[in-house]
Amino acid sequence: MARTLTVENAVKTYPGAQTPTLNGVSLELNSGEALVILGQTGSGKSTLLRAVAGLEELDSGTVEIADHGRLAVVFQQAALFPWLTVRQNIELGARYKRNRGRVQKDRIDSLIAKLGLTGLENRKISEISGGQAQRVSIGRALAINPSLLLLDEPFSALDPATREELQGWLRNLIDELHLTMLMVSHDISEAVTVADRIGYFEAHKGFTRFWSPRQEEVSETEILDYYRNAAGQGSYVI
Amino acid sequence: MSKQARPWVLGSAGIVFALILWWIFTHSATGNTMITAFAPENIPSAFAALFSRGVLLSDIGVSLWRLLAGLLIAGVIGIPLGLAIGFWRGVDQFSAPLVQFLRMVSPLSWAPIAVALFGVGSSPVIFLVAMAAVWPITLNTVSGVRALDRQHLQVAQTLGATPFETLRTVVVPSIKPYVLSGIRLALGIAWVIIVPAEMLGVSSGLGYEILNARDRLAYDEMLAVILVIGALGMVLDWVAQKVLR
Repeated sequence: MARTLTVENAVKTYPGAQTPTLNGVSLELNSGEALVILGQTGSGKSTLLRAVAGLEELDSGTVEIADHGRLAVVFQQAALFPWLTVRQNIELGARYKRNRGRVQKDRIDSLIAKLGLTGLENRKISEISGGQAQRVSIGRALAINPSLLLLDEPFSALDPATREELQGWLRNLIDELHLTMLMVSHDISEAVTVADRIGYFEAHKGFTRFWSPRQEEVSETEILDYYRNAAGQGSYVI
Repeated sequence: MSKQARPWVLGSAGIVFALILWWIFTHSATGNTMITAFAPENIPSAFAALFSRGVLLSDIGVSLWRLLAGLLIAGVIGIPLGLAIGFWRGVDQFSAPLVQFLRMVSPLSWAPIAVALFGVGSSPVIFLVAMAAVWPITLNTVSGVRALDRQHLQVAQTLGATPFETLRTVVVPSIKPYVLSGIRLALGIAWVIIVPAEMLGVSSGLGYEILNARDRLAYDEMLAVILVIGALGMVLDWVAQKVLR
């Protein structure tokens, strides 16, 4: 299977920190695979995601992304542009030279339909709900047809009902569009719903355990126990 | 009285009150030719005289042209300078003492230097207007950059925007309200500065016309020009409020 992302020996120490946040982390992600990273707060999972996104410079190690590194990021906050409409926000990437020719109007139309945003295209950002805003944010990322979609706790700022709805919706979207996705989460049930593979990330150690909820029976309790054991070993830093 | 009518009624009452005070003041100072010439009833004929000499409209035109030229220069310098100060800490630290010093110097104190540098005519006036207008534009641009949502910049970056594309699609729309309010502020200051600036070595403009009227002892015309300056300033601010939103 084609490889979309390869991270090798990623090392990152923040200025002033005693120990490296990323201590030789390696990771491979195949095309069409959805990986959700779980782990304690401060374990460095968001740092890893940001390093993959190119928003964090590594001290050493490499990040390789297929298709000339074409990726898109969805953040915890939707970070939409309030001076643009819903549709203009989704089309933003099309205005950049790098993405020319990859964003077609009919594709945007069908994407808007898939996002469940039909009828809201011309709304202002102030006129849509938090859940809709996060859909627009995901739409903006998908509009450039990225080879890799990165999500940093995209639903954690939403209310529980909307969060649950969007988790199921995202999984359907992954299947429908064959997305390759790397997502950081704090929510075990979200990971089980969304992921093909769940990786448990520990400070200084990197990935210590993987689960494949589409191929094996994975219970949330099992993952929670793993959390507790990892925490009991005192292996994380806050 | 309805809420909407209230400001209009009270505002009109304020103007009538000022007119009455003006009338009483100019009529109680008998013997002082300058003050009696200021009497409200003299103003229509003063306007007629200014019009018949054909100076009023051309003076307004010249003053407005100088104002716009000065504002344009202030914008061309102030916006990029504000961007540089806002984005680069080094530039901020390098320029902070200079900017603080320069903006505390009254623009009019540059007048002799301006005349020495640019000679007489419009150039020194435009220079002084630009000196007055550049700081509010610069500082508001800096505020706009500081208020930028970092995540917006990261979104553009991860979507593959070049620095210029980020400037065009994220920075410019984000800082626009700040820059526009800076320009509005600058417009007000520049309008105040342009009148004394036009009293230095020029032979046209509203400021010059005040001195000219004084030298001809046409005090009523002097006051008419002052009224024009105030009214035009109000109109400019109103237009700026409507246009620069």
